[in-house]
Amino acid sequence: MTEKTIEVDYLARVEGEGAMYVKMEEDKVVDLHFKIFEPPRFFEAFLRGRSYRDAPDITSRICGICPVAYQTSAVNAIEDAFGMTVSEPIRELRKLIYCGEWIESHALHVYMLHAPDFLGYESAIHMAPDFPEIVEQGLRLKKIGNDLLALIGGREIHPINPRTGGFFRAPTRAELDALVDDLQWAREAAVATTAWVARFDFADFEQNYEFVALSHPDEYAVVDGRIISNRGLDIAVQEWGDVFEERHVEWSNALHAVVKERGAFMTGPNARYSLGFEKLYPIAQRTARAAGLGPTCSNPFKSIIIRAVEMVQACEEALRIIDRYVAPESPFVDATPQAGEGHGASEAPRGICYHRYEFDADGVILDCQIVPPTSQNQLRIEEDLWNYVPQYAHLADDELQWQLEQAIRNYDPCISCATHFLNLTVERG
Amino acid sequence: MASHTMPTAKPKLGVFKFASCDGCQLSLLDCEDELLAVAGAVDIANFPEASRAVEEGPYDLALVEGSITTPHDAERVIEVRRQSKFLISIGACATAGGIQALRNWKDVDDFTRVVYATPEYISTLDRSTPISVHVEVDFELRGCPISKTQLLELVAAFLQGRRPNIPTYSVCVECKGRGTPCVMVSHGTPCLGPVTQAGCGAICPAYNRGCYGCFGPMESPNTAALGHWWERQLDVPVPDLVDAFRGFNAYAEAFRTASDDYELRESRD
Repeated sequence: MTEKTIEVDYLARVEGEGAMYVKMEEDKVVDLHFKIFEPPRFFEAFLRGRSYRDAPDITSRICGICPVAYQTSAVNAIEDAFGMTVSEPIRELRKLIYCGEWIESHALHVYMLHAPDFLGYESAIHMAPDFPEIVEQGLRLKKIGNDLLALIGGREIHPINPRTGGFFRAPTRAELDALVDDLQWAREAAVATTAWVARFDFADFEQNYEFVALSHPDEYAVVDGRIISNRGLDIAVQEWGDVFEERHVEWSNALHAVVKERGAFMTGPNARYSLGFEKLYPIAQRTARAAGLGPTCSNPFKSIIIRAVEMVQACEEALRIIDRYVAPESPFVDATPQAGEGHGASEAPRGICYHRYEFDADGVILDCQIVPPTSQNQLRIEEDLWNYVPQYAHLADDELQWQLEQAIRNYDPCISCATHFLNLTVERG
Repeated sequence: MASHTMPTAKPKLGVFKFASCDGCQLSLLDCEDELLAVAGAVDIANFPEASRAVEEGPYDLALVEGSITTPHDAERVIEVRRQSKFLISIGACATAGGIQALRNWKDVDDFTRVVYATPEYISTLDRSTPISVHVEVDFELRGCPISKTQLLELVAAFLQGRRPNIPTYSVCVECKGRGTPCVMVSHGTPCLGPVTQAGCGAICPAYNRGCYGCFGPMESPNTAALGHWWERQLDVPVPDLVDAFRGFNAYAEAFRTASDDYELRESRD
């Protein structure tokens, strides 16, 4: 009997430190781990004893790629605990800054982290000599997302402007108008990106997922909403703990989130799209249809097409918000702390980011729980690998390794986020 | 440097990560207008977040992100230093231990129990420490996150064999430069700007909030004078002063000493 292992000690083109280990006997997988060895940073522990005011700034430091997701989920949870509601213009600004994060993060993943897999390049930089216009288009899209983020947030990474109740400063109409030409270009570029990535070769790999995403009656949900799934879940964010749990496994510094009754689920682009297609703007729906997608998509490799469609959606959303923008009378509503518990969630580019805080009467954090999207997807990534290896077991080790890395990158895993998470080893026996 | 003795070869750049949010190395990818030019000027030999291709060392220039929090990383950083001719630590985690250095005031076993159900699976050190505690560092680039303008200046200075032009004065100088009225004077908002190193461009005061210290202590920070002003003029309670200095650069010496002093006073009061 031949045994072998494939090991990737340090997975590339993901955010953070992860590894993969696959042990095979003949062509059968006998052991498989998607490992997260990113060192733990203990956010939930050192937030205890800090003021609610610190939560958006501190939790944004969990992730340099999606800080707005952490800030938004944190303020949602704080406002829930204190019984606050924000005005519609403030909520619109939250959607607008989040559009910047989606465009910046999706452009990074589509062009720099994922496309090189489909085209057989080690990186976007290696791709640039053969595809100069494509790489430049991707960089410009990313920059426009970052420009939107920086205008509203003050800077691209770890924005300083979001706060409990709103923002420290609301942008002026003239500042936003200055972004319109770029965003119109970006919307066209995102449509072109979708057509480009749709021509890639995709593995025939449809999986039976439980998709979990936020849902809003009138919107492709991003900044808030109820949590729904294609297996009948429809709960308020406050009921998170009743339905989901986090499990600690030996090979990962990131906790595995599961649906208590059923196990692994998928959050992120495929889930949002498959549960929310009807809510996409017409231009995004048309772009998806033209790319050959139906109203649902169960092939994780096609997440790259969905990210491109979501860039179209985010550009359209940003343009609509800017078009009707009226600066809020006050950029924030005052917070009056009260003792109690609050829950918040939003759709980070990689999926649902959930926060729960418990406060004393002065707004001091007594306890908190943060569940990043990658820790929710972690178990599902392993299940994809279990199902994927048998189809490709005939490949040489280095080709199999690349295929499996790509299967992991489908999820745009953010390991820095998940740690409270990646390294590939395939052992063949 | 090899780049100087071998003018035909491009210098080899390595980007290394320890405990961090990835934001500082992302700053390099966020140089959208300059990225391809940088890739033309240096050989990006090791940058796992951007590329599968990994060239063996030695590296001419190493950018090191993150703090040291595990026994394994404490060994790994020594190997990175051994492989690197010029080593620059980038960002508050690498230069001061980062926000995760808040563990340095607590019992890390308690922290592990708060976050993880099975603490014995977790290998971690009781302190989060900057790179300079473990190996010699040739330059420290501050910020949470770093400024991409300063990063480009640093890479350009390295390529040209000159000292980088990175100011060590306070955020106040940047506020004056952009014409932002002082937030402490004009609306009584507590601000760490006077004791914090410039580099961000004084963003927070321009957005009607006080500086919260992302770039760490400036060259000669008078934390006592600032604390006195906060207490007497702005009625900031002592525990809030402790927390203000215990931010993203909590373990940088001047901020650490200041927060410890205020904590001691809090315990006496």
